[in-house]
Amino acid sequence: MKPIVVSLVSGALFGAGLAFSGMADPARVQGFLDLFGNWDPTLAFVMGGALIPMAIAWIIKGKLHAPLAAPVFDLPTSTKLDRPLALGSLLFGLGWGISGLCPGPALADLGVVPLAVMPFVVAMFTGMALHRFLPQLTQQKGASQ
Amino acid sequence: MIPGFPHAMPIEGFIGGLLIGLAAAIMLLGLGRIAGVSGLAARATGIADTGAPRGIALAFVIGLPLGAFLIATLAGGVTTKFPVSIWPLIIGGLLVGFGTRLGSGCTSGHGVCGMSRLSPRSLVATALFMASGFATVALLRLGGFL
Repeated sequence: MKPIVVSLVSGALFGAGLAFSGMADPARVQGFLDLFGNWDPTLAFVMGGALIPMAIAWIIKGKLHAPLAAPVFDLPTSTKLDRPLALGSLLFGLGWGISGLCPGPALADLGVVPLAVMPFVVAMFTGMALHRFLPQLTQQKGASQ
Repeated sequence: MIPGFPHAMPIEGFIGGLLIGLAAAIMLLGLGRIAGVSGLAARATGIADTGAPRGIALAFVIGLPLGAFLIATLAGGVTTKFPVSIWPLIIGGLLVGFGTRLGSGCTSGHGVCGMSRLSPRSLVATALFMASGFATVALLRLGGFL
């Protein structure tokens, strides 16, 4: 099968799973993070369900020389526990708690409630672009001074 | 239904979770890649210039709303409740975008794919963004925002 079709199927299944599980609902996700309020454990069941096929997939992966529809495995290899990992994850958690949204559900919601989720999606891509281009901008400024 | 948590959806959550895990397994075994949404989204838009081929990233990112739309159509709607004010969405979005790039992943890449592989980086990242999320919502509640 063509790689692009495999990717589309994977994305669509992912989006379907998010919508079916209730994770497309920011209030429900925030409800999981709300330990001192009306706590909603649903997200824990979603995470548990998702880890099962993936744990099996990693075992199968160990027996394969190459992926089924691509020439090679291209996977993260770093094991370094560094500051960007920690700081980035803390900032992500802050934004996740404030909004009840993370990248997957936000993009999936474009297919259900595009107008409601649009401000978040635009801000999210702005944040990604800031991370990419901010160091360059500050460096250029420093160089010109 | 779970006693004490009438609003929880354990069955739907678990089945939806299986679909998410299956989707990530297809990406891993089919294309040899991590189904990390923040990375693929950055790649699809050209914000990141390394990672998956652009077409692969774009197809995945287009698939996400397509799958959600399909479920909404088949199930006669998907419930979503958004914050009334636009500010949580804007501030939250900026932090999620910046943080997931700096931290090399989000709930899908670190949470689902990395944790199932017992990647040390993903275990630490998931512990930190979960703790940060819990603390943030606790503070929002303390401050009277929820």
